[in-house]
Amino acid sequence: MNRRPFDPRLLRRVPAARRDLALLALLGVIAAGLVVAQATALAALLATAFDGRLDRPALAGFAATVAARALLVWAQGTVAARVAATVKAALRSDLLAAVGRHGPGWVAGQRAGQLATLAGRGLDALDAYFTGYLPQLVLSVTVPLAVVARIGLADWSSAVIIVLTLPLIPIFGALLGWQAQAATERQWRRLSLLGGHFLDMVAGLPTLRAFGRARAQVDVVRRMADGHRAATMRTLRIAFLSALVLELVATLSVALVAVPVGIRLLGGGLALQTALLVLLLTPEAYLPLRAAGSRFHASMEGLTALNDAFAVQEGAPAPTRDGAAGARPVPDGRGEIRFEAVTVAYERTTALRDVTLTVRPGERIAVIGPSGAGKSTLLGLLLGFVTPTSGRVTVDGVDLADADLDAWRRQLAWVPQRAHLFAASLADNIRLGAPDTPDAALSAAVRDAALDEVVAGLPEGLGTVLGERGHGLSSGQRQRVALARAFLRDAPVVLLDEPTARLDSASEAVVLAATRRLVAGRTALLVAHRPALLENADRILRIEDGRVTELVPTPAGEATR
Amino acid sequence: MSTAPRRRRPDRTGGAVTGPAEFDVAGPAAVDPPVRTADRPAPPVRAGAAERAVLRLARPYLGRLVGAGLLAAATEFAGLALMATATWLLMSAAGRPPLDTLTVAIVAVRALAISRGVLRYTERLAGHDAVLRMITDVRARVFATLAARRARAPRSGDALSRLVSDVEAVQDLLLRVLVPGAAAVLVSVVAVGGAVLISPPAAAVLAAGLLVAGLALPVLATALTRRSAAELAPLRGALAADAVDLTHGAADLAAFGATDSALDAATGRARRLARLERRLAAAGFAVDAAGTLVAGLTAGAVVLVALAADVPGVLVGVLAVGTLSAVEIALALVGAARQRTQLGAGLTRVAALLGDTTTAPTTPPADATATAPTIPPGGATAAAPSAPPVGTGRAGEGGPEAIRAEAYEVRLDEVTVRYRAGGAPALDRVTLDLPPGRRVAVVGPSGAGKSTLAAVLTGAVRPEGGRATVGGRDLAAYAEDELPRVVGGLLAEAYVFHATVRENLLLGRPGAGEEELAAAAAAAGLLDWVRAQPAGWDTVVGEEGGQLSGGQRQRLALARALLAAPPVLVLDEPTEGLDPTAADAVLASALAATPAAHSVLLISHRLTGLVGLDEIVVLDAGRVVQRGRHADLVAAPGWYRDQWLLQEAAERGYLALTP
Repeated sequence: MNRRPFDPRLLRRVPAARRDLALLALLGVIAAGLVVAQATALAALLATAFDGRLDRPALAGFAATVAARALLVWAQGTVAARVAATVKAALRSDLLAAVGRHGPGWVAGQRAGQLATLAGRGLDALDAYFTGYLPQLVLSVTVPLAVVARIGLADWSSAVIIVLTLPLIPIFGALLGWQAQAATERQWRRLSLLGGHFLDMVAGLPTLRAFGRARAQVDVVRRMADGHRAATMRTLRIAFLSALVLELVATLSVALVAVPVGIRLLGGGLALQTALLVLLLTPEAYLPLRAAGSRFHASMEGLTALNDAFAVQEGAPAPTRDGAAGARPVPDGRGEIRFEAVTVAYERTTALRDVTLTVRPGERIAVIGPSGAGKSTLLGLLLGFVTPTSGRVTVDGVDLADADLDAWRRQLAWVPQRAHLFAASLADNIRLGAPDTPDAALSAAVRDAALDEVVAGLPEGLGTVLGERGHGLSSGQRQRVALARAFLRDAPVVLLDEPTARLDSASEAVVLAATRRLVAGRTALLVAHRPALLENADRILRIEDGRVTELVPTPAGEATR
Repeated sequence: MSTAPRRRRPDRTGGAVTGPAEFDVAGPAAVDPPVRTADRPAPPVRAGAAERAVLRLARPYLGRLVGAGLLAAATEFAGLALMATATWLLMSAAGRPPLDTLTVAIVAVRALAISRGVLRYTERLAGHDAVLRMITDVRARVFATLAARRARAPRSGDALSRLVSDVEAVQDLLLRVLVPGAAAVLVSVVAVGGAVLISPPAAAVLAAGLLVAGLALPVLATALTRRSAAELAPLRGALAADAVDLTHGAADLAAFGATDSALDAATGRARRLARLERRLAAAGFAVDAAGTLVAGLTAGAVVLVALAADVPGVLVGVLAVGTLSAVEIALALVGAARQRTQLGAGLTRVAALLGDTTTAPTTPPADATATAPTIPPGGATAAAPSAPPVGTGRAGEGGPEAIRAEAYEVRLDEVTVRYRAGGAPALDRVTLDLPPGRRVAVVGPSGAGKSTLAAVLTGAVRPEGGRATVGGRDLAAYAEDELPRVVGGLLAEAYVFHATVRENLLLGRPGAGEEELAAAAAAAGLLDWVRAQPAGWDTVVGEEGGQLSGGQRQRLALARALLAAPPVLVLDEPTEGLDPTAADAVLASALAATPAAHSVLLISHRLTGLVGLDEIVVLDAGRVVQRGRHADLVAAPGWYRDQWLLQEAAERGYLALTP
């Protein structure tokens, strides 16, 4: 894992944040100057107060530096928050754009969940890093320097002691940090086991209940939680010890400075004002280093999110379809579709092996086969989501690898197994990709897809806003929305991926009827699952283990043999 | 300051994929009100009550917590006293008195310097110890509440991880709000008291400054934090929905050429969120700026007032430096107030889970722990002698053996189940007779109500209409712990615990011997795998069974159900995730391994292997549409025959299109 306090890739990836980051550094320099100025003014004020007099210029100076420091605190916080907001917005756009650029094939599966979380709430962890840690990191450089310089001017021997002891903080910090880390890692397995036990039990509650053991497990949960406490305390003892040692190192260093100052003061060899200045400033030199160290832990989550965001962009394959879209040929969907010796190999499996196939215009082809046999891959190839490992797919003589995919997809209507519905109005869900559709066309598509009765039952009809992922519609209703999308597209080629899987018979009948209307007069590839779907097919293909064979229908009597 | 070690968290990303359906709810009209599921800030009115509910659990540890609070106050006070004494020492030294008049102060400075660090160390340890003890209680209580509830526990990874972080909100409430807050108040009072001894007018100025820093600013910070959260939540929620749409809906967007417009919308929202965040930050950090200003101005005013009141010069210095430190300490209340505001939502959720203490005994009777099979975390067994005992010997009164002798006939009479009032029924007047020894399969499309039927039998779902009886007794009359000994088996989403294979299996029958384990594992086709493992029965299966393949996991769950061998065995998709050949073999051996007197309810989407069963019930949209033996159903037109032909076609390679 990246444990650097600042990731230089940030400057490269988010150029918009550069100016604010520079500003943050500048503010850190000014802040250091103000720390020194305030101590100087206070020392002067108190030195004259020693004689019972009020040093008005010093008081005014003190008040002025306090006001300036307040302003600076505000500016630092605001600028840091601005950097955080800028970086988050930029990374979010980049992450989501990467999804658009690399296509659904790349984003499928587990990665989709990770990306959604990272681009959604994951990046919010950066707030703590930018507003809490980063300004402190700047101060841990500028303040000690300014303090040493100021004390050097007033009393160089004190400055020497500070310079010699200051490095002890990071050195001890690193040594003890490793120590604590090692201790935590030694305990880690045990800690994670015990810590995860609660979660394991809650997740498995239905199973515990099914065996009548849920209540009996309460005591075990308690004992395991108690074991977790004991193990945690063992590691905390070491972790807190490092904070103690650092504090003692700082305190002893201050004492090393203060004792000679006091002795010289007593002997008359030093002015009170200088002594006070040294006393007030010396602790300031050690403070920011310790503060930065203690905030590092809290900012780790943000740094990890940052690292993940960069890794996504670096790990993504270079987009292969760059270049002017206009220059690419657009295949005609009314032409012949040919698969020429197509093999598709994924990381672990081969989905299709050496498939050669011709789909003539207007043909309706049903595809059957066990799940995982490669049926969806066949459709993915035509959609351009999947690229052949070898061989090629041509439409109207144009290789899809060279084609303008956006223009080609405009000639496709796709009804996936489980269409994604968006957190938008039902109308917008149907008008996906065609926001300017006239209402008449929309209602025609709704009618064709047998969605009108569903719409009638919704409180706000087509204007009803769906929940996240279309929450609020049943599977049958979702499938009809997908069909309505396809009707609206009015494309020459239709791809259907088990449109009636997961539906009960009543919904299936409705969706089937709509499907028949949809495929009429178009070239259709239909991944089938129910016999009823096969009735309208001109040809039936069977895919098993990545190989395609054409079936000849046989009478039912033989099938039950 | 949190150096708390890493905790295992559930995979937040994976969980987000899980849909809302928990049982396969039937019906096309089963519609939720369409709602956006954006986060809403918890209502502030209930947050206070939630805090009190949570804090009631702190009572047993009150002594420790007060101790931690006092130590925290002492730590802060030591820091304040250190600066004040050092200033006194220095300024007194400027008057060049004899050295021995300073000796006490020199010793005090040294003592304070050392004790501050040591006090902080002990305070942190004491605070964490007390709070972690309390968290132990909270976890046990939350689990007890969830266990006592008949309602389903949260199942998605998101809900689970939220549960864990909510429990940790209790820790933050004490360690980051109450302990430091109380310490800041205490030190402020002591500081004002000390100042009164030197100069009452200066003390009054200090008190005013402390009131602003410790009361006015925290109130302001609370209001601002609350407002920010309320303004940010809808936009953050919308952006999270955008992220889900763009990733999970990537294929749909690409196929319909809508990727760019969706991306533009999301980017626009991200920018608007950034603008809002910038604006809110400007207001939020104004509070911090005001804090700095208050500290400095109070110190300046104290000097002015003290000089006017003719306070000796040395003490003016002490007052000034002490004031700076004291106000700085009081400003910790601003941070505490912010933290507290953010914890509200989590605490409210935890308090809801702590609510019903009467049904949630914190400790079961002592003998229950001795006989109950318990699931310790896997790795603990080998290393730790403290690992909880796994029950030895069969549980006397309640063991399966005692029950087997009796006949348990299951009858469902016109049972209707509805998950939502007014919604379509998940089961619609279903009648089923399952006398001892009878073997019945329930088949049908997804969402037909198969799993709901199993849930009715196991008591997880109560029928809205009709009667469900076992052995003539209504299911509702069975005690919660009693029913699982009669009806049970492999239910939907069977969970594999992060424990050894043996412990996972023993959950089915505590105290089962090696031979019984082997027999059940053999019937489920797991025995060869177990024998091949170096650790055998003590192989730890990973987090949520993650180190097992889907097939092995399913076999493990099946073996556990076979070992439990309840008189009424429910098997919900026992061969899910197995390839067809293995599925047929496992189903056959599982049925063969079930004692002849036991009845079996098999839920399956595959129709192979049902030839020998006594009855097959076809469910569709909650209704029984066909029933009979395999031979009858294949001969009659309908879902069963369609499905049978297609399955044959898909698995055997030939096809019949029409009768």
